[in-house]
Amino acid sequence: MTTPATPTRTDTQVRWIEPSAIAAIWTREITLFSRYWRSTSFSALVEPLVYLLAFGFGFGSLIALIGDIPYIQFLGTGIVASAVLFTSVFAGMYTTYIRRTFQKTYDSLLAAPIDVHEIVLGEATWIATKAGVYGCAPLLAAMLFGLPPSWGMLLVPFVGFLTGLGFALFGVLASASVPSIDSFNYITSAVVTPLFLVSGTFFPLDQAPAWAQSLAYANPLYHCVELVRHAVFLQLTWVDVVHVGVLAFFAGLMGWLAVRTMRRRLIG
Amino acid sequence: MASSGPLGGSVIDDKVPTSRRPYSARVSALSLNGLVKSFGSLRAVDGLDLEVPPGVCLGLLGPNGAGKSTTMRMITGQVVADAGSIRVLGHAVPQESKQARMLMGVVPQQDNLDGELTVRQNLDVFATLYRLRGTDKLEAVERAVDIARLRDRQDTRAEDLSGGMKRRLLIARGLVHSPRLVLLDEPTVGLDPQVRAELWTLVDDLRSHGVTVLMSTHYIEEAQRLSDDVAMMSHGRVVARGRPRDLMAEHVGARALEYYGSATRLREVATAAATAGVPSRSTGPSVSLLHGEDAPPSLLDRLGEPGGVRETTLEDVFVLLTGEKVE
Repeated sequence: MTTPATPTRTDTQVRWIEPSAIAAIWTREITLFSRYWRSTSFSALVEPLVYLLAFGFGFGSLIALIGDIPYIQFLGTGIVASAVLFTSVFAGMYTTYIRRTFQKTYDSLLAAPIDVHEIVLGEATWIATKAGVYGCAPLLAAMLFGLPPSWGMLLVPFVGFLTGLGFALFGVLASASVPSIDSFNYITSAVVTPLFLVSGTFFPLDQAPAWAQSLAYANPLYHCVELVRHAVFLQLTWVDVVHVGVLAFFAGLMGWLAVRTMRRRLIG
Repeated sequence: MASSGPLGGSVIDDKVPTSRRPYSARVSALSLNGLVKSFGSLRAVDGLDLEVPPGVCLGLLGPNGAGKSTTMRMITGQVVADAGSIRVLGHAVPQESKQARMLMGVVPQQDNLDGELTVRQNLDVFATLYRLRGTDKLEAVERAVDIARLRDRQDTRAEDLSGGMKRRLLIARGLVHSPRLVLLDEPTVGLDPQVRAELWTLVDDLRSHGVTVLMSTHYIEEAQRLSDDVAMMSHGRVVARGRPRDLMAEHVGARALEYYGSATRLREVATAAATAGVPSRSTGPSVSLLHGEDAPPSLLDRLGEPGGVRETTLEDVFVLLTGEKVE
């Protein structure tokens, strides 16, 4: 083997969040994404099309309008939230579980100058970025079905990012909490699916029973749906500040719990 | 003005602020004091004290379960000690663990390479982690590819490399930032003799360039061949420390007398040696009397002519002090 040569770095000043640590996580993710982007993007675009075709034309023949919005446009904007949810929560759960448990990726990283919170933040922001981008796919699909473009659509990636950040961190929390990968089935059935169904994606919640409405208010995905619709249909009001606040609080809470739990898993 | 650095280049540069210059040679590269770590009822490390001066290769020798890997992980901050203190290149761990990790390179016992990434991409991620940028990063990755001797496989995914190649890449990854302290945790486990010899050459090179090396191993030959100093661990603590030659001289003398025979005969030899105050150990079909050159004539008369005389080894020291077998 060749002898290593000159040391090139002598800086040992550290920050709580080191840009190089986040950059390293993103470098890895971008490298992998450049390999898999075609299949990921295909599925992100085709799935909302399928939803719109199946539900839009199915229910759409029974329900013409929700308020003054054509059902297919109501659905198209709602599906943004489910695209964000599925892009973020499953990546947070499965990817981080596999990297921690099987690939020992985090173990190798932690021997270098990176801490658990930076790993979690790096992973979650990358997943949230993907969620923000892929969350726009349903809007593109809905535009094929007549959704008129609006400047408010430019806000959707940011709403998707914020929502995706919370759910990615929820996924990381779940991955650090479960005893085995099979346990994700419980989380998917008992948490993710109900969140998806009681979010106002497929039907408006204002005519749902009071208990369902209360549940929806506690559901971060509902706030994402509301924000997206208000942005796309240019109906933004001060209430949307509350929606942003709920999503930010959710992301903060999940982040705190995810880092705590992941630290317990990774540091003996 | 610049001076020659541990890896052959300049490490002290007047452009670098004093606070960021390399640690003083007077400070121990590594200092462990009274370290204790338990996992449930198992006490993995039990009052470990260890000082490693700069530029020394210290072999941490012990059988599986002696606490070597736990010690390594405490040094990197991946395991938090229940008691005791750790200083790495002047930084307290775990409080200043990140600063310490900036300055050290770690080669783990198990392959934790990113299998989905290529050789080069694995090195690139770690070069980024160590804050290397621009041409510094490019040069560091190039150098590491050469250290791993994987230039012709640099675009191959790590999961497609052979065991020896993976091990070389792990080592190169740990050296990508030219660390001042290198932790090698069982670096040659499972390697064929050729790769092992290559790795030994690399450790020699590191040492000759003044890099501090802490190497855990359960291979006697490896510890003896590579280490300036050996610390023998058993049940979570250091039971002996010194240069291999000195340890042998102190504990087992220069020669061992080997007595062969039936199980009964071997028991008699061991009992007679113990009665005469001569240390002995079982060595397969024989019993070896250590400090053979100092054995009392009455004992030699009683036991008769030994079946063989050999030079003592570090293994004799280890077995004598710990009662445990090593490979």
